[in-house]
Amino acid sequence: MNIIVCVKQTVDLQQVRIRKETREPVLDNIPLTIGNIDKNALEEAVRIRDKVGGKVIAVSAGSEQLTDTIKEALAMGADEAILVISTEFEGADSGAAAAALAQAIKRVEDYGIILLGEGSADNYSGQVGPRLAEILDLPQVTYVSSLEVENGTIKAVRNLDDCFETVEVGVPAVVSVVSEINEPRIPSVTQILKAGKKPKQVFKPEDLGIEITRSITTLSNLAPDQDRKRILFQEGTDKDVASLVSALEAEGLVRR
Amino acid sequence: MAAILVFSERDDIAWQLLGKAAELGREMGLGVAAAALGSADPGGYANRGAQKVYISKNEQLKTFEASVYAEALSQVAKQADAAVILIGSTRRGKELAGRLAQKLGAGCISDAGSLEVKDGRLVCTRNALGGATVATQTITTELQVIAVSPGLGEPIESPETAEMVEVELALKPSAVKVIARSEKGQGAVDIEGAEVLVCVGKGFTRQEDLKMAEELAEVLGGLVACTKPLATDEKWLPEDRVIGLSGKSGKPNLAICLGISGQVQFTVGIRDAKTIVAVNQDPNAFIWQMADYGIVGDLYEVVPRLTAALKG
Ligand SMILES: Cc1cc2nc3c(=O)[nH]c(=O)nc-3n(C[C@H](O)[C@H](O)[C@H](O)COP(=O)(O)OP(=O)(O)OC[C@H]3O[C@@H](n4cnc5c(N)ncnc54)[C@H](O)[C@@H]3O)c2cc1C
Ligand SMILES: Cc1cc2nc3c(=O)[nH]c(=O)nc-3n(C[C@H](O)[C@H](O)[C@H](O)COP(=O)(O)OP(=O)(O)OC[C@H]3O[C@@H](n4cnc5c(N)ncnc54)[C@H](O)[C@@H]3O)c2cc1C
Repeated sequence: MNIIVCVKQTVDLQQVRIRKETREPVLDNIPLTIGNIDKNALEEAVRIRDKVGGKVIAVSAGSEQLTDTIKEALAMGADEAILVISTEFEGADSGAAAAALAQAIKRVEDYGIILLGEGSADNYSGQVGPRLAEILDLPQVTYVSSLEVENGTIKAVRNLDDCFETVEVGVPAVVSVVSEINEPRIPSVTQILKAGKKPKQVFKPEDLGIEITRSITTLSNLAPDQDRKRILFQEGTDKDVASLVSALEAEGLVRR
Repeated sequence: MAAILVFSERDDIAWQLLGKAAELGREMGLGVAAAALGSADPGGYANRGAQKVYISKNEQLKTFEASVYAEALSQVAKQADAAVILIGSTRRGKELAGRLAQKLGAGCISDAGSLEVKDGRLVCTRNALGGATVATQTITTELQVIAVSPGLGEPIESPETAEMVEVELALKPSAVKVIARSEKGQGAVDIEGAEVLVCVGKGFTRQEDLKMAEELAEVLGGLVACTKPLATDEKWLPEDRVIGLSGKSGKPNLAICLGISGQVQFTVGIRDAKTIVAVNQDPNAFIWQMADYGIVGDLYEVVPRLTAALKG
């Protein structure tokens, strides 16, 4: 049984800056990386493989740079990658991503479990997993915080808003994970060096007969105005604490 | 008449959405319908602003499972001539919205934080780039699925009583079996409504030390909230105290952030605070960009001093 893991390439959000005059995010020249929760999905895939065997195949749809970004997933333990590459994915919708992933996954023999993050690092829509499950006509188990796979049965605990739910389902199935499921490993230098040599298949959407849909129009994407005073007291001494308290009193926020 | 169809697995959220749908329906010339599937109180939907309430006795709807509910709602949507489907953006609601949208060939926006009609089109806002930005978006497909953040919309009492329509649904049993369910039984803390929030982060090294934050909150008449790792990884506080992209959003007069680095996924939940104070030992922490006042220092020294100073 092979294990599929879907990982999305996004800009490193910690490095996104906001242009002060326009409130627009500055995305040029920001390094690309794989989403945090996607790394949890990958870590889980590797752990399952180490127990039950098979291969971990990382699948991703995105821009040209993906051939480089995906090395991070291969270094973390994926055995192979299947990439669907097109500039058209920019501004496309979650349905387009799901369609591309589905067609790529169909080329894998004997897959048992398809892992994803509960939400991508940037848009966090949580749509791709359920859409993928619908396209492939598979059961879906989302928001999983603990997972076991044994003899073709998946047993999972789901972390929902008001309860934990333990469920069972046979393979194949689509499973999305939450960040607390595990601690993703940091790859060693040898693994990073080996990553470049692992097998990669690269497709264009047209090779797979996918139409890239655009069902969402983004009218604007701006940082909300944050007009903060940014007054810093550098010492943390009694004097600084007293200055802070006076400032808060002056604003009527606290009473002595 | 084409309609806005509302569903949530939680009646209270469905009723909020019906209040919103009634308003949008008037502006867009659409009717309002509700799918009270799996509800223990379908009668409670009668005077909430819908003209029609769809109900079903189908056995498969007894437990909520996304693929079964997506199929059920797609059948109800056809019968109701739905042009817009509004779903409560809980975790269950989100997984349902994606699957339903795919089934119906619809565009979908999840976690919509606002919803209004402009030039005849529905315009939504939602957080993007991890919460660093707010995207304003419209869906261009004929049928639209929108998962709406809980809390948007007020339940209404309408004089008009909805027609109850019992539907025959063709549903297959789910492949997913629910073995057990344990309620989180979280206390009824109202983080979203609190006037003062003392937010704690990984700058705290032991659970016992959170007492310092509780004392400060008590002096200020506020509540203690936290960053995600404190609840999901450390399990020091329940998850309903988490502020941020995957947690709650507060709009207090005063938010005090203790030992919090200030990554966007957290700050998105606190950005509507009137005044933000931060204590952090790192002079380069991101949180300073969000702070009105800050003290650079060890929270273990600063917090007791601050509490003492406030006690006077
Ligand atoms: C500002 C902005 C707003 C957007 N808003 C919307 C919107 O409201 N609706 C919409 O349909 N699209 C939207 N998009 C497009 C959307 O970001 C992409 O289509 C994306 O590929 C799907 O990401 P997601 O955030 O929906 O993923 P999610 O569903 O949140 O991702 C869940 C998991 O699916 C996997 N995954 C997701 N995408 C990929 C991928 N490309 N390759 C491999 N694995 C993947 C990962 O494991 C991830 O953790 C928006 C884009 C931008 C720039
Ligand atoms: C899709 C997604 C969704 C997420 N959703 C959320 C969310 O809803 N809410 C959320 O909070 N996070 C969320 N996160 C996680 C988020 O990215 C951060 O990892 C998290 O907010 C960091 O928490 P923190 O600030 O407590 O910890 P850290 O980033 O570790 O920061 C600890 C801070 O404490 C300071 N410190 C340490 N010791 C002391 C001391 N003695 N005195 C003073 N200061 C000290 C340090 O300088 C540091 O700045 C999400 C992440 C992803 C990918």
